[in-house]
Amino acid sequence: MATAVVPLPERENYLNKEYGIKSWLLTTDHKRIALLYLLSITFFFFIGGFFALLIRLELLTPAGDLVQADTYNKLFTMHGQVMVFFFLIPAVPAVLGNFLVPIMIGAKDLAFPRVNLLSWYLFIIGGLLMLYTILTGGVDTGWTFYTPLSTQFLDTHVVAAALAVFVAGFSSILTGLNFIVTVHRMRAPGMTWSRLPLFVWSNYATAIIQVLGTPVLAITLMLVALERLFHLGIFNPQMGGDPLLFQHLFWFYSHPAVYIMILPGMGIVSEIVPCFTRKRIFGYHAMALAVIAIAVLGFLVWAHHMFVAGISLYAGLAFSLLSYFVAVPSAIKVFNWTATMYKGSISFATPMLYAFGFIGLFTMGGLTGLFLAALGIDVHVTDTYFVIAHFHYIMVGGMVIAYLGGMHFWWPKISGRMYPEFWGKLAAMIIFIGFNLTFFPQFVLGYLGMPRRYWQYSPEFQILNVLSTAGATILAVGYLLPMVYFLWSMRYGKLADENPWGAAGLEWMTSSPPTTFNFDETPIVTWEAYNYDEIDREKGVPVER
Amino acid sequence: MAGNVDALFIFLLMLCGFMCLAIFTMIVVFAIRYRRRAGQMAEQIEGSNALEFTWTFIPFGIFLVIFVWAAFIYFQERTPPQGAAEVYTVAKQWMWKFQHEEGQREINELHVPVGRDIRVIMTSQDVIHSFYVPAFRIKQDVLPGRYTVAWFRATKPGTYHLFCAEYCGTMHSGMIGDVVVMEPAQYQNWLGGGAAMGSLAQTGQGLFMSLGCSTCHRFDTQGRGPNLTGVFGKPVLLEDGRTVTADENYIRESILQPAAKVVSGFKPIMPTFQGLVSEEQLNALVAYVKSLSQPPTGVAGTPNLKPPNGQKPEINR
Repeated sequence: MATAVVPLPERENYLNKEYGIKSWLLTTDHKRIALLYLLSITFFFFIGGFFALLIRLELLTPAGDLVQADTYNKLFTMHGQVMVFFFLIPAVPAVLGNFLVPIMIGAKDLAFPRVNLLSWYLFIIGGLLMLYTILTGGVDTGWTFYTPLSTQFLDTHVVAAALAVFVAGFSSILTGLNFIVTVHRMRAPGMTWSRLPLFVWSNYATAIIQVLGTPVLAITLMLVALERLFHLGIFNPQMGGDPLLFQHLFWFYSHPAVYIMILPGMGIVSEIVPCFTRKRIFGYHAMALAVIAIAVLGFLVWAHHMFVAGISLYAGLAFSLLSYFVAVPSAIKVFNWTATMYKGSISFATPMLYAFGFIGLFTMGGLTGLFLAALGIDVHVTDTYFVIAHFHYIMVGGMVIAYLGGMHFWWPKISGRMYPEFWGKLAAMIIFIGFNLTFFPQFVLGYLGMPRRYWQYSPEFQILNVLSTAGATILAVGYLLPMVYFLWSMRYGKLADENPWGAAGLEWMTSSPPTTFNFDETPIVTWEAYNYDEIDREKGVPVER
Repeated sequence: MAGNVDALFIFLLMLCGFMCLAIFTMIVVFAIRYRRRAGQMAEQIEGSNALEFTWTFIPFGIFLVIFVWAAFIYFQERTPPQGAAEVYTVAKQWMWKFQHEEGQREINELHVPVGRDIRVIMTSQDVIHSFYVPAFRIKQDVLPGRYTVAWFRATKPGTYHLFCAEYCGTMHSGMIGDVVVMEPAQYQNWLGGGAAMGSLAQTGQGLFMSLGCSTCHRFDTQGRGPNLTGVFGKPVLLEDGRTVTADENYIRESILQPAAKVVSGFKPIMPTFQGLVSEEQLNALVAYVKSLSQPPTGVAGTPNLKPPNGQKPEINR
């Protein structure tokens, strides 16, 4: 292009089209917004991670000795709130989804590019409120804001924290809305529903939950704030209110939110596994259907968080049964990923290592969910470290691992550069080992009866806690490595061509990095998703890197 | 109880261990057997409906078995047997207070005899707590403003952890105690060594008189309030036509919010006792009202406080 002033006439792309802070802060390009999110959530990930490290250090000894009890309570509260609302929920949809969904369906951008930018600003406002909360003394409600503790018994920054989550929630709603409209209206000619990559299906299902669930959380947190400010009495039994009502409202969003956090991860794995086995995904329709089933059934299981909370026996029975329903589609997905590997041509590149890790850890997280859905057992292990381990296997072993796998898989597309493969594999291995060492002992701790959110604990639990803390330090190293080499690769990494993995999907048919409008002309889709047989017949199986 | 829970737990461990092993073995075998070889194409397989159905319905069937088994245990855990000894519990930031039927009171220690069913009737003075004895595999949240119930039967003497399992503020991790399980003889000794103030129901009877409850709730049909003899545990017809069971929660609510559920045929003239009675006094009152319905063969140590003129209860008029 005539306007290029860099010495090497690089092809114009979304990164070099414009320079300067303004060109980023006012951008409506979904890819640039994705990068804005990437920076923001990475920042929050390391804040949340820092809190986690302090928690693990405190738990090295049974006595409460490193920090004060109140400080400890703030640490686990803010670890949860930061990680859930400012990292896990936006991680895949707002970063990888934002970047990839429009390209994968052959669109120029999301349906509402300016709303997309608004989402990011709302996220930042929420994030700043959260930072304000953290810096001015923190909050110690637990990430769950349970009443009446949060409404009547604490004098920390509960309202500010609730407001932070409230505002960030609108960012999530708008992203979801944008995705739904985009997937319905902006698919390229020939991109039928049954040709959509499963990553798009997953983000679509996630978007439905974001749009339908998040408003309930917003209302709930608003009620907490109003109750604190004006003493309405909605959750106060002395005024005829009901503290359990809060739990119902909170989990009505926060259980589906678990699926906001895991479905996009499943989508990533469904892209990686076919590419590195050179196969069409096994049971495409079952996989798409399972994603939607999880999104729908996910709304009907909230009270399984409340089996000992004081709900009736029969409510317990109903919610336990429904929880087993939602376990079925999750099992289907694991079986299909495994079956996809059968008779494949399997490469062990970094993204595939993360996919292996995901399937293994998600399987364990899912199977321990069966324990928790089992009423008689849940009574014993709920509110113990068993639950902590279970949801970290899903959230970290599942979602974070998938997110990292996705970041490696699409990094050439996002940055135009390759990451160093050796360091990639090493980091994947360190994370896998560190993760298991951190969280596996917690299953045992929970079964032995160590309650969660304990600042000091009975000495017999110490050995397992030491193991867990040791694992956490290994995990921390594992997380720092990709940070370092991704940054390094932006300058020194090998230049990536448009399709370094020989992967299927429209995102690999445009340049790396893509141009601002993704495609020079709107693609016309004439093939099914994951047409690896056609690709390999034409170009041969890619050589192991 | 613990045995039942552990049996299912071990079953699940074996089942899930087997599933993990099966899936991981498959992944490892596929990963090695089908690792990439130069020039060798993957064999495309579209999927198989038969397989999809298999791995939908077989797991679902297994899940149903787990569900039923676990529900059966939950049902046991949530249904205290008849004739259990009762311990009233008040949780507060950050301690456990116990009141025995016999009148003994203790803090952060609960003494019980071995082999006896113990029904723990709990409420909270402030936030939500959770009564958790890992060794007995029981846990029940303790809520402000209502009673929740847990029960256990200890089978071995010893001292067991009692934890608060629901985050309740600063010293949540300090809200711990011991359940001391004793041989029955030892337990009788322990009982004898304590309070001389009379049983919990007797304390309640005293309050019933001193708070003036007895002026309206007379033991005949002439009172302005319903006669409470024999009411406990029976259905009560309300002014608005509903019927509720007169359990601990109903008695409690009727003292604190008398206008909420008025008995048919009576006027809502009773004043609230919210703020006038402590949780412990409330427990004593509930224990007293309960004792008015107990058969003469009451629990050892609990004198039968049925009034001498004990009439047939008139609940439904």
